[in-house]
Amino acid sequence: MCAVRGLTKTYPAVRGRRGVPATPEVRATDDVALDIRHGEIFGLLGPNGAGKSTLVRQMTGLMRPDSGSVEILGHDIVRHPERASRILAYLGQESSALDELTVSLAAETTGRLRGLDARQARAERDDVLDELGLAALASRPLRKLSGGQRRLACFAAVLVGERPLLVLDEPTTGMDPVARRAVWSAVDRRRAEHGTTVLLVTHNVIEAETVLDRVAVLDRGRVIACDTPNGLKEQVAGEVRVELVWREAAPLHVPEVTALRDRAVESGRRWTLRLAPEEARTVVATVTGGAAFAALDDFTLATPSLEDVYLALGGAVRQGLVKA
Amino acid sequence: MSVVPAGALPAGVLTAEEAAAPGPAPLGPRARLWPSLAAVYRAQLSRARVARIPLLFVATFQSVGIMILMRGVVDGGGEARAVVAGSSVLVVAFVALNLLAQYFGQLRASGGLDHYATLPVPPAAVVLGAAGAYASFTVPGTVVTAVVGCALFGLPLAHLWILAAVIPLAGAALAGLGAALGLLAPRPELATLLGQLGMSAALLLGVLPPERMPEAVRLARDLLPSTYGVEAFARTFAPHPDWAHVLGDLAVCGVVGVISLAVATWAYRRAAVR
Repeated sequence: MCAVRGLTKTYPAVRGRRGVPATPEVRATDDVALDIRHGEIFGLLGPNGAGKSTLVRQMTGLMRPDSGSVEILGHDIVRHPERASRILAYLGQESSALDELTVSLAAETTGRLRGLDARQARAERDDVLDELGLAALASRPLRKLSGGQRRLACFAAVLVGERPLLVLDEPTTGMDPVARRAVWSAVDRRRAEHGTTVLLVTHNVIEAETVLDRVAVLDRGRVIACDTPNGLKEQVAGEVRVELVWREAAPLHVPEVTALRDRAVESGRRWTLRLAPEEARTVVATVTGGAAFAALDDFTLATPSLEDVYLALGGAVRQGLVKA
Repeated sequence: MSVVPAGALPAGVLTAEEAAAPGPAPLGPRARLWPSLAAVYRAQLSRARVARIPLLFVATFQSVGIMILMRGVVDGGGEARAVVAGSSVLVVAFVALNLLAQYFGQLRASGGLDHYATLPVPPAAVVLGAAGAYASFTVPGTVVTAVVGCALFGLPLAHLWILAAVIPLAGAALAGLGAALGLLAPRPELATLLGQLGMSAALLLGVLPPERMPEAVRLARDLLPSTYGVEAFARTFAPHPDWAHVLGDLAVCGVVGVISLAVATWAYRRAAVR
């Protein structure tokens, strides 16, 4: 339903001024190609600055690409960016347009601007606020709500006035588990009833693994992998992640530990190793017995997550993804 | 979390879509101009109610204060009329020009315009709705200033109804200018600065009687859209107002209003898609 081909966007270099360092030319999206199928939840995963939001802004007609094409449900969005607003609903990262409105008025106004008449907009507003558990907050201005509640209210505004495609840029940021569940069950209901497609931008690997049908991993503007979460994990299935946390410092007088040091990613007291299952077992046996054990505070052994996939695929930013 | 895998969707949904390809899918409805204008207007009015009432008091006190100051300087007659008219229109300039420039400047800088840009709403509805709401919000302050001014300087209240024409027309011209400045300024601080400068210009050129100004300043005064609103209003204080001139001034105000709102709409389009 959505096909992206050869999408490229370069931000021009900025000359430095007093107090502002110069930045070189940045290729925010680099020859991106994607196919989103009807009715799936498709994810864009990557660290901050990977180009996710820039890509989404081009797909929603908010930004003109330098070259390439975006086609959604048969419409050329690059040539007719104004059509995007009649096909999709977009939840951006900013809520400043709605901040001073009440939750109820924000949802209703958005519905009216999405082409509903007054009666429809009010009816849909009431349904959506009930569905998301926002009815009690309906008369409070968004500005006065907590970050997660405000995000949920913006999500409510996105749902008023049905669209076949929802583009959600980090929708659950700051939400508590109850609000997150409300978001995903609202999405699921629309998928089941209308076949709604969702394009989800996230840097949260746990969320990506649980809700996505397919995911494209973005790094420095390029798609470095695209598959189901399980398919991606199989690419690194031969590996297990071992995390060792030392009490104070690694016991480098133990030869086995010294030998591991080259392969570990060190972060303070924490060592992260990616190993074959056999090796991992040996390492665990070594550190939990003998001289090294005295220095060990904690250890974990885990099967690969999407984060490991991202790192194994050569993701440049080592600490960009959130596990929560 | 997600309980519906893509493969388990109702078959009809998928196949109908795939069978209909490659023809483009029908588009959702477009929001029509007047209903969406009304929706934006209502939303803006509600946010103004929350956030702008203190500023409205400031605007009114400022104008009343200026009139009290000027009482010691001007000695009735034409100058007094100019001061009262100028101070009243200053309230419009403060809210419609200065505050609207700030609002659009901040909205643009924070990415809030994306919200409107991804809705099928005509750009004119967003600009006119916001401009209209800000202009309406000046009504109480302008009327209070005018009444207080008439009392201070002993001017007749008989033709104050002309405010019903002056506020929307001067409001349109100044709000359009404010919106355009806010949307075109590359940075929000610059939008704030331009809004403040515009208001200062309306203050200096509108309130001070023109007879005492040098030629260059008088030319600048003629270029400022609010001047014509001030002139029209000032003329109605005369014992026998020259209605042809009043209408002429209001017409200029209206034309400037249409032009500045058109520029603001263009600026909005430009700012929305980068």
